[in-house]
Amino acid sequence: MSVLPESNLALEVRGVTKRFDTRGIRIPLPWSKKKGDDKQVVAVDDLSLTVERGQIFGIVGSNGCGKSTLVRIISTLLYPDGGTISVFGHDVVEESETVRRLINRVSVEASFFRKLSPLENLMFSGQTYGLDRETTAARTFEILGRLGIDEAQVLRPLEQMSRGMQQKVAVARGFLTSPIVLPLDEPTTGLDPASKRQVQKFIAELHAEHDATVLLVTHDMAEAEKLCDQISIMAGGKIVASGTLSGLVEQAGLEGGRHGLEDVFLHVVGHAFDEEPEDKKAGAAASDQ
Amino acid sequence: MLTSSIQLRGAWAFIERNFRATRRYWGWEVVFLVYSIVNVLAVTYIAPGTEALTGVGATTDFMVIYLLVGTLVWTYLNGVFDAVAFMISWERWEGTIEYTFMAPIKLVTMLGGSALFSILYGLVRTLIVIGVVSLFFTLNVADTDFLTATIFVLLGSVGFLGIGIMAAALPLLFLERGTQMTIVVQAMLLLVSGIYYPVSILPDWLEPLSWISPATYILEGIRGAMLDGKSVFDMSAELWKLFAVSLISLPLGVWIFQKAVDYAKRTGRLKRYG
Repeated sequence: MSVLPESNLALEVRGVTKRFDTRGIRIPLPWSKKKGDDKQVVAVDDLSLTVERGQIFGIVGSNGCGKSTLVRIISTLLYPDGGTISVFGHDVVEESETVRRLINRVSVEASFFRKLSPLENLMFSGQTYGLDRETTAARTFEILGRLGIDEAQVLRPLEQMSRGMQQKVAVARGFLTSPIVLPLDEPTTGLDPASKRQVQKFIAELHAEHDATVLLVTHDMAEAEKLCDQISIMAGGKIVASGTLSGLVEQAGLEGGRHGLEDVFLHVVGHAFDEEPEDKKAGAAASDQ
Repeated sequence: MLTSSIQLRGAWAFIERNFRATRRYWGWEVVFLVYSIVNVLAVTYIAPGTEALTGVGATTDFMVIYLLVGTLVWTYLNGVFDAVAFMISWERWEGTIEYTFMAPIKLVTMLGGSALFSILYGLVRTLIVIGVVSLFFTLNVADTDFLTATIFVLLGSVGFLGIGIMAAALPLLFLERGTQMTIVVQAMLLLVSGIYYPVSILPDWLEPLSWISPATYILEGIRGAMLDGKSVFDMSAELWKLFAVSLISLPLGVWIFQKAVDYAKRTGRLKRYG
């Protein structure tokens, strides 16, 4: 039976909240602090959004606004404290295994066994998604080739590659399993301008070739403008504005001249990019690592 | 594709990746191997050493086999335990833990793949150690019932894996201290399992801990087979105890690990946050 219904809604987030307790496991000792003294930070605060099938949906926000926490909940790596998230109608908590078959993720850290080669790392990844060895190897060479990594480099340990090259391998791992929903969490952070363009082009091409829905989380305004059909601005764990770029400019009431996403962000959020207030930044420690 | 095929392929992926990673860290493997060989030799030489010190040599051959069995079984079980109990710490250190947990495979597949690798790894390492150590001691194993010894090792491995999986849950619960606690569990198993002495000499309050360690029964079984030439039927009482401990520890280990994963996903401890 197909796990992919004829739904046009790829992702539905309803009233999701996530808090982190900054202390570890507590043993109730007489001198322990009372429950009310718990230090909790709210990373995602009653957030709702919907992403339609086939869209490249952007979420922009400063560091610590809860973007990565949201991606981790969608990716079944965190349980929400409240609300629900479904991927093509499958709940990320109740139907976690089904959801994991539909998605893959690229995060800001490359995250590999560094002593192993890109091929060895991707062979592992592909086989855990049910791909056979031949298909995994063929796709690995094909995708990495399109990203400018030659065959010799594919066989060399990842620790010998630059940070940018490793990030390209991470992008390749995300696309290797042909996910139909792909959260990309800062996929081009740390890349040089040429590599950044290469990855962006690759994302756009693969999105056009496959029936994939991309959730692009970034604080690169130009990248969001370039790639995304719809953009949501996130601040303090909430979505504070949402729409197409022109729609956002209109919502913000900006007049005169050519306004970009950064202008909208500054207008809507009220502080410069990367200047999330300190109390919210506490949440970053728990969410954006 | 059939779900079972996907799970089997997933389990194989863990065996293959862990093998490749072990191979790439070959320098450390050589170090661990040398340490294991030296440790087995150093402990076993206590038997002839005692004869030299006391002048009493009637039990030297017996003690050589007694200590050799203890150190070799511990070398094997330690290898199995390391490969399973430290899998979370290892994934977290490499930074891959979130990607591993995102794979659409069941938790038992992940644990099963890691466990199978750990048994193969432990067996190969121990066979190499046996090969080297046999050059140093002349052993009379003509009366040994190898079938009994093999049954105890294989069944005991299952039980020991259960304990290893329980220990693997600790780094999911405690970010900083989990790995340290795992080492303490390992040390306690060494103390209470009768590796170098019979568990009957342990203080009364400590001896009950030996009853829950599968290593206790593995050692009793192998020593019975090697020192007394006992068959599996002669050792049925020990075999049943080992079976019971293994039957409880493996599912209990998986259950505890599942609960720890749930806890980590609820509190954000899967990866190191903050």
